[in-house]
Amino acid sequence: MNKIIKKRILSENVNEYVISAPDVANNANAGQFIILRVDEDGERIPFTIADYDRAAGTITILVQTIGASTYKLSLLKEGECISDFVGPLGNPTDLSKFKHVMLVGGGIGSAVIYPQAKDRHLKGLKCDVIVGARNYDLLTYENEFRANADNLYVMTDDGSYGEKGFVTNKLEELIKAGHPIDCVFAVGPVFMMKAVCDLTRQYGVHTIVSMNSTMVDGTGMCGCCRLTVGGETKYACVDGPEFDGHKVDFMESINRGKFYRELECECYNKEQEKNGKN
Amino acid sequence: MVKTERNHQVIRPGDVRIKDFAEVSNGFTYELMKSEAERCINCKTAPCTKGCPVGVKIPQFITCLQNDDIEGAVRVIKIDNNLPSICGRVCPQEKQCEELCVRKLKLGGSVAIGALERYVGDYALTNGKVATSSTTKLNYKVAVVGSGPAGLTCAADCTMAGLDVTIYEAFHKAGGVLTYGIPEFRLPKDFIVKKEIAKLEEIGVKIVYNTVIGKTIKMEQLLERFDAVFIGTGAGLPVFMNIAGENLNGVYSANEFLTRVNLMKAYVVGSDTPVYCGKSVAVCGAGNVAMDAARTAKRLGAEHVFIVYRRGRDEMPARAEEIEHAIEEGIELRLLTNPTEILGETRVTGMKCVEMELGAPDASGRCRPVVKEGSEFILDVDQVIMSIGTRPNPLLVNEYSALEINKWGTLVVNEETQETSVDNVFAGGDAVTGAATVILAMGAGKQAGETIIARAIAKCSK
Repeated sequence: MNKIIKKRILSENVNEYVISAPDVANNANAGQFIILRVDEDGERIPFTIADYDRAAGTITILVQTIGASTYKLSLLKEGECISDFVGPLGNPTDLSKFKHVMLVGGGIGSAVIYPQAKDRHLKGLKCDVIVGARNYDLLTYENEFRANADNLYVMTDDGSYGEKGFVTNKLEELIKAGHPIDCVFAVGPVFMMKAVCDLTRQYGVHTIVSMNSTMVDGTGMCGCCRLTVGGETKYACVDGPEFDGHKVDFMESINRGKFYRELECECYNKEQEKNGKN
Repeated sequence: MVKTERNHQVIRPGDVRIKDFAEVSNGFTYELMKSEAERCINCKTAPCTKGCPVGVKIPQFITCLQNDDIEGAVRVIKIDNNLPSICGRVCPQEKQCEELCVRKLKLGGSVAIGALERYVGDYALTNGKVATSSTTKLNYKVAVVGSGPAGLTCAADCTMAGLDVTIYEAFHKAGGVLTYGIPEFRLPKDFIVKKEIAKLEEIGVKIVYNTVIGKTIKMEQLLERFDAVFIGTGAGLPVFMNIAGENLNGVYSANEFLTRVNLMKAYVVGSDTPVYCGKSVAVCGAGNVAMDAARTAKRLGAEHVFIVYRRGRDEMPARAEEIEHAIEEGIELRLLTNPTEILGETRVTGMKCVEMELGAPDASGRCRPVVKEGSEFILDVDQVIMSIGTRPNPLLVNEYSALEINKWGTLVVNEETQETSVDNVFAGGDAVTGAATVILAMGAGKQAGETIIARAIAKCSK
């Protein structure tokens, strides 16, 4: 059982949880993820570590309510416990060898790029950040990025805040303007990561992505999270989650991501009905 | 010696079994147990014991049964095997103890040692007294990584000897393959696995869940806190065939399929974990895990389940009993058949196969299957489960490179002591042998336990 120390509503569908997990926090690094189960009947769901505090023994995660399990999690309050919490899993992402790093986050993907910004800031390394969201309400971690990034570019699809457009629009503009970039680290919905990689491939800019595959055990046993990278089958849990974005077969990953969507929608609706919400 | 026919456990009919996940057989009744125990002639040479990887004193425990001393039988078995209710069910007895029974060929068939062991094990779970661990506690701390058969055995033996044992389990439930891998209808979870684990906790074994050694706690950190470490992390990544279409939706590894069903209870109404249930399912491979996956798919409602295997019936690696049970349950064998491509746009819509014929024997002595020309056909399936083996899990070795591995990626150990290349770090089970049996894993856990206990006694008597 792991206690929710703090819960913050970031937007209508996105909550930030600070969860007590001293052992996990003790060995956590930027780029890794955790797997949790909300309750005894719960499924195992992976979340990227958005922040960690070794002294306080806590892990921060951002959760977008998209299905039955995340809905159940959204009903929990500060002080309540979740059933299971395991990590840190996967390999850390270390961008310290790159001088000019551009972090690109779409939607909830900000949670993955934020620890990189923080990490670089702490090490005295520079980084620039592009974050995108559908609209202002869905924008997360703006203040956190302001405090850690050298340049922050905010994009919204509807122009309700920052500049109107997609993260790829800003990225292309910066590349064309000769903005120095050795490495792009792009995280967000698979479609967004694909779009970023299609763009940077044209300009020959090295791009790393973090794949959020469906998982069961997350420790290299079941093979559920497999994806094709450079023509080879890889496992996001033990080989990743970061991969060379120019080698990932995104269309296959997009398809695999859809597999349980119908079942998921059914479960979500049932769970909401159970709680009298429609 | 008089010829007497072997007694058989009463098994439920196949068409009834596939409607639920309850066990195939309820085991021997008292009367059948007595009748079967009487068949043992208590050979002085005890060939059966020689066939047992952990050396259970079989004639001795059966003698206890003949004398109606079931508690005595429990005590005899538990000297060598802590988990008789599990081994009685899942051991390949026909290739071990029963293979060597003097009754086998001409005297009515081998004594049903497995079924008798199961009877004794189940009796111990329901009526048996709790074993007591040594009253002398030794100040020696042992960490056991993984709570599968190897880890549970090592933990039990060390605790009984008075050592201070903590098991670290990556999942939220203990049991390893006994929990996530072997289905309920072969090994009931609540009645057997949970109870066996609860008994270990009663004698003082501590279990810490949701902890991945190498990640949550690094090996270096573990070695600072413990005098000895036993690694029983089991098998790892599933092997795929490297044919086109394997990443389509509807293609599972047997590990994933079984874990979703067994560990996450995807078949129970109310479970949040989804599993896709096809109408027509191909299971590629013919080992015990393939039989488990096929029979599970049938229970989830598949109309057709095919075992697709490139060799013949005699070459199938699964236990004869499992193959028979599968056939009784309507599993269709597609032998001498090899998949070449999985078809579909987004989901599986079929599987392209070729027919095979057996050619000259290969290096393993088995006839090498060769493709029959022009035999290509499409098997009409909407789900494929790959069950052709596993590779060692790279997670721990990636994090802790001091552990020596061989060219297959499994941990290298001293066969006498089970010690790895790192002092006081031991290993056993599938992590060392590659995919093998429950009983071999238990044997390795036991052997490591003996070494660890000897080290503890030596250290504490200084």
